[in-house]
Amino acid sequence: MAEKLLKKGNEAIALAAIRYGADGYFGYPITPQSEVMETLMEEMPWETTGMVVLQAESETSSINMLYGGACCGKKVMTSSSSPGISLMCEGLSYMAGAELPCLVVNVIRGGPGLGTIQPAQGDYFQAVKGGGHGDYKIIVLAPASVQEMYDFVGLGFDLAFKYRIPTMILSDGAIGQMMEKVELRDPVKRLTDEEIVEKYGDWATVGKPATRNGNIISSLSLAASEMEAINLRLQEKYKTIEENEIRFEKLMCDDADYMLVAFGSSARICESTVEIAREKGIRLGLLRPITLFPFPTPVIQKMTPQLKGIMSVELNSGQMVEDVRLAVNGAVPVEFYGRMGGSIFSPEEVFKAFAEKFKL
Amino acid sequence: MDINDIIKPENLVYKKSPVLTDTVMHYCPGCSHGVVHKLVAEVIEEMGIQDKTIGISPVGCAVFAYKYINIDWQQAAHGRAPALATATKRLYPDKYVFAYQGDGDLASIGTAEIIHACNRGENIVVIFINNAIYGMTGGQMAPTTLLGMKTATTPYGRKVELNGYPLKITELLAQLEGTCYVTRQSVQNPASVRKAKRAIRKAFENSGQKKGTSFVEIVAACNSNWKMPPVKANKWMEENMFPFYPLGDIKDR
Amino acid sequence: MKEELIIAGFGGQGVLSMGRILAYSGIMQDKEVTWMPSYGPEMRGGTANVTVIISDKRISSPILQWCDTAIVLNQQSMDKFEPMVKKGGLLLYDPNGIIRHPTRKDIKVCSIEAADLSNRMEMSKAFNMVVLGAYLKVKPILEKENVIKGLKKSLPERYHNLIPMNEQAIELGMRHVKEVI
Repeated sequence: MAEKLLKKGNEAIALAAIRYGADGYFGYPITPQSEVMETLMEEMPWETTGMVVLQAESETSSINMLYGGACCGKKVMTSSSSPGISLMCEGLSYMAGAELPCLVVNVIRGGPGLGTIQPAQGDYFQAVKGGGHGDYKIIVLAPASVQEMYDFVGLGFDLAFKYRIPTMILSDGAIGQMMEKVELRDPVKRLTDEEIVEKYGDWATVGKPATRNGNIISSLSLAASEMEAINLRLQEKYKTIEENEIRFEKLMCDDADYMLVAFGSSARICESTVEIAREKGIRLGLLRPITLFPFPTPVIQKMTPQLKGIMSVELNSGQMVEDVRLAVNGAVPVEFYGRMGGSIFSPEEVFKAFAEKFKL
Repeated sequence: MDINDIIKPENLVYKKSPVLTDTVMHYCPGCSHGVVHKLVAEVIEEMGIQDKTIGISPVGCAVFAYKYINIDWQQAAHGRAPALATATKRLYPDKYVFAYQGDGDLASIGTAEIIHACNRGENIVVIFINNAIYGMTGGQMAPTTLLGMKTATTPYGRKVELNGYPLKITELLAQLEGTCYVTRQSVQNPASVRKAKRAIRKAFENSGQKKGTSFVEIVAACNSNWKMPPVKANKWMEENMFPFYPLGDIKDR
Repeated sequence: MKEELIIAGFGGQGVLSMGRILAYSGIMQDKEVTWMPSYGPEMRGGTANVTVIISDKRISSPILQWCDTAIVLNQQSMDKFEPMVKKGGLLLYDPNGIIRHPTRKDIKVCSIEAADLSNRMEMSKAFNMVVLGAYLKVKPILEKENVIKGLKKSLPERYHNLIPMNEQAIELGMRHVKEVI
């Protein structure tokens, strides 16, 4: 049986990175996620797996170190919290444009501005609607437990490389700071430089052999027609991702008359709300999107005919609810309940809001 | 019959480095970029490191450097080339990694990245083209623009009260413990070209020996944006740029 | 079995580490656990609290409105958490420094003179283990051997020489906890 440890979500990210064969971590301290780099520095993976860990001078620099590392065909990652992610958005746009794989962890804190260090989900739009400039998407995974923080590092890297796309783990201060049981998975070896040449040598900057011309990684194309062709290819890729990579979890949805939609820590709280409702004889279910892009639109559409109403529950002013409404397209009432600025709702509070909105 | 079939080896006095591609450069006639590209290509050729060299191109006129030197290239966001170079060199410690940057890229928007890469002593080469003006965006003021110099954003000349002083970033970087070799060169005549090439070669050798960051500034002319013919631009550079940006090694250890 | 508890006191009293040891002990007994701290500036000298849930089944919300047990180690925490204890639940506190004692009659209230005891026994660093012992005596949800295992897992190996002292502290708490009438 695999070893079970009690770890913070942030620590789980670090341990997973080492055990999943990450090649490099580049980051800058910011609460509430500093334990990621602290754990890595304590573990000294450069002595064991050869993983590079570097404290950069800023988040701007971190994401551009990822850009360089990703160009090399290496598994590179960073972690930050909301204000730091804002600084990284330029780099994310470049990496999306240059079609580079990387893993970015956002342990969200309350905003806007310097905000608060308490948990929030106010970066949903930033993560799933772009954040940086131009028409691009990144894959967004929303863990709801410390085990998922661990497991999504591997999943995130796999998806990033499968589609050559930046992937984000969108977490929050609650999941980052919370400790739970973590089961460590079997370690995966880092690829050797030779293996990287073999797998990614057709595009990565690994040093040009005599047999080919230089590989050039760039997001620049001055001719409008060329740039449009690149955009069309990107959109095609996003469509493929939407068709193949939707992940979600349903709880008590089979007989549900009403459904909550919530991700990450909100979903954990809503699980208890469902229990409260069921005790009162109300058939309430919960849909937890695990991928926020691609959003589980078809799953919601399939559920809609049996439902009398849906409530999106988020630690923000109502962001994901827009995607729920787009999916439902007016078929049933879609309500929203949220708290902001680092305040968290309790399961009872969510139930009260739900009962009031649907007059139950 | 190819021209190479006609020329006898004993008569061959000059040959384009095979590390350069055949793509026609987009640089203006009289621009220094082409000469520096040639020197970098020749050094790569002479050291036999074409398969081990990774270049990082900037935002600015040299953004398309990747079209002209046949190696693996990364094209960085504005000012961030030293961050890309840092990660690349750390992930591939045995490769030769160089960032090629202009004055706006390196000394304005990218000051944090260049200072910290140099301060960490990353084993990379930085080629810094200082022509005291923004080229690609059309001749705006650079951090290195001289006092009194007219640009698109200093139409009446750079004034201290409005724009502060020209930035001697190279002298600043020489102060940092992480740099092993900091030099200022030019490429306006054959003698200076030969010296500049020796400096670039030394910088690449330092990188191979992991001695720290090697930084080569090239004081260059931008005749188009200076609005002068090339010959006059070179003369203007010698008379106005060199007194403020004196040539030679600032640090070598 | 599902036990939802809040431990609250001053930063530096070992509130977070006590919760961590309890959570690790839960894992040693094959339970599901969550440990959710208050974090941030209040960690540095102000009040600190942690929510620990130990359960036989998957834990849904790690955030609580009500708790089964509140362990309270300063006045601010008393004011804040006494009302959060579920009817029939437990409030355990150290009377040291408490000027407004609990008043609720619908919960069980116990006290442990942990600060005083640990000082007298010259084990003030194990103050929080005295409290833990008191708690486990009143609510024996975990076996002691698993608590010792949890303690071992929580402490870095260089501190394993302190385990016997911590064990003594737990026993001390178990002996001295009192129900307040």
